[in-house]
Amino acid sequence: MSDTHKAIEAVWKIESTRLIAGIARVTRDIGIAEELAQDALVAALERWPDEGIPEKPAAWLMTAAKRRAIDSLRRGRMLELKHGEIARELEFQQQRLGDAMDKAMDQVIDDDVLRLIFTACHPVLAVDGRVALTLRVACSLTTAEIARAFLVPEKTLGQRIFRAKKTLSEAHVPFETPRGDELRKRVESVLSVVYLIFNEGYTATSGEEWMRAELCDEALRLGRMLAGLLAEESQVHGLLALMELQSSRTAARRGRSGEAVLLADQNRGLWDHAQIQRGLAALHRAQALGGGAHSYALQAAIAACHARAGAVADTDWERIVLLYDALLQINPSPIVGLNRAVAVGMAFGPAAGLHALDALAAEPALANYHLLPSVRGDLLLKLGRYAEARDELQRAIAMTENHREHELLSKKLRQIPNNSQDANQAS
Amino acid sequence: MRFMMIVIPKGYEGAAPDAVPSAEAVAKMMEFNKSLQKSGVLLALDGLLPPSTGARVSYTDGKATVTDGPFADAKEVIGGYWIIQVRSREEAIEWARRAPMSNNEIIEVRQIFEMGDFPADVKHAAEGFEELPNATVAKA
Repeated sequence: MSDTHKAIEAVWKIESTRLIAGIARVTRDIGIAEELAQDALVAALERWPDEGIPEKPAAWLMTAAKRRAIDSLRRGRMLELKHGEIARELEFQQQRLGDAMDKAMDQVIDDDVLRLIFTACHPVLAVDGRVALTLRVACSLTTAEIARAFLVPEKTLGQRIFRAKKTLSEAHVPFETPRGDELRKRVESVLSVVYLIFNEGYTATSGEEWMRAELCDEALRLGRMLAGLLAEESQVHGLLALMELQSSRTAARRGRSGEAVLLADQNRGLWDHAQIQRGLAALHRAQALGGGAHSYALQAAIAACHARAGAVADTDWERIVLLYDALLQINPSPIVGLNRAVAVGMAFGPAAGLHALDALAAEPALANYHLLPSVRGDLLLKLGRYAEARDELQRAIAMTENHREHELLSKKLRQIPNNSQDANQAS
Repeated sequence: MRFMMIVIPKGYEGAAPDAVPSAEAVAKMMEFNKSLQKSGVLLALDGLLPPSTGARVSYTDGKATVTDGPFADAKEVIGGYWIIQVRSREEAIEWARRAPMSNNEIIEVRQIFEMGDFPADVKHAAEGFEELPNATVAKA
């Protein structure tokens, strides 16, 4: 790629969201708006290498999109209108469209961008369609980039985006910011899309490393954008806090040979402390807005307990247990329960942890989940019940297909004292 | 990737200790800052007091010498910076092109090292940081 092409791509990454949002204000259809914006990009790729990048690239792109919109109006209308009326009617339509686009060009307002994101995350769409469309129109990722990040063929992803646009158009989804009760629900849909994008980048162990990191950064960027656009929505700040705090550990999550490093074993010096500060500030904002008891804010508060601890031993585990209790109230999931049991073990000793864990033993959702025997083995090990610990760890190893987890568990298994006698029986 | 956009304002090397930017310049700058913020790329920004209020600590053979500002031989000094998170070097440059700067002012665009970019031995050397008092993390 030439330097000019790279520069055009950079302009596109900066401008395209507002460009699409501005056009959609006129077309009321984000599929058409996105196509017109793409046409404008094609025009830029043709002209800018010779003419240089214009002084006001955003205005140039909007003008190109307008020209293209008027062209397609002319072509479409030719078929529809009766012969005699064509000229006058067409002139009127073109004038109106042109004026509307000029107005949109003058000032793309923040509400347009917000409407664009709300529409891309509309509940009428399948979740994978929401994710793909959001990355496309709000993060200006190309179809190829999104396909690479989600490990699907480019063609599949192209169809997914096409289908999403078609669904929005057929369902006559209005290009607007919802109000009242509807707003709350729709904010939740937007935030879940953003968190899905983040987690896809954060938790996946396969795929192109670079593209994965990119997804986390895109989710963070969306989160910061939304924190500005929906400044009074506490959940937005809660999610932003959670993502900042989690990704502050990125550099410490992989060991020297790429192996996963668990939170307790991470070198806390590698955590990004500026990012931790941003996360804590966002958490305070969420709490100040009265959203401290929401799911994202509670999870962020748990992450904050870890972030504040200079060493594992300094962690406020009792507070973490309380936060998990609150999280279980609103999200009674066995996985949250499992995490709580670990925290109970750290706060009140392995016996208490085992007690909390065994209350979850009958959960069907955990029946084939390797972390249940893995955590149980760990607690038994701490209690000196070596024979049982060995059994649990072996069960966990049999359950996991993840290579790294396998390694970690095997390492722990080797650490169990060779004497199969339990510590308390031996003494 | 993160970049620092470093502002090098011409003439700032000789600015009086109490020099402050004009309201007009600040208003323009705020507009630019807002556009960075709205795009979700802004991580941090600061403006620096004139160098005449600062000091330079220079080192020769392990010995530190302090010189109070202004610095007679300085041709370019830093006036402030932004830290942005963007997707390419070109995007950082494109943002710098949009900054409301005056004649002869310069913005230097520089990528920030990420811990992940360092080779293993450098990462290992950085591990000592953990034993230092963790001053930047609030213990509230």
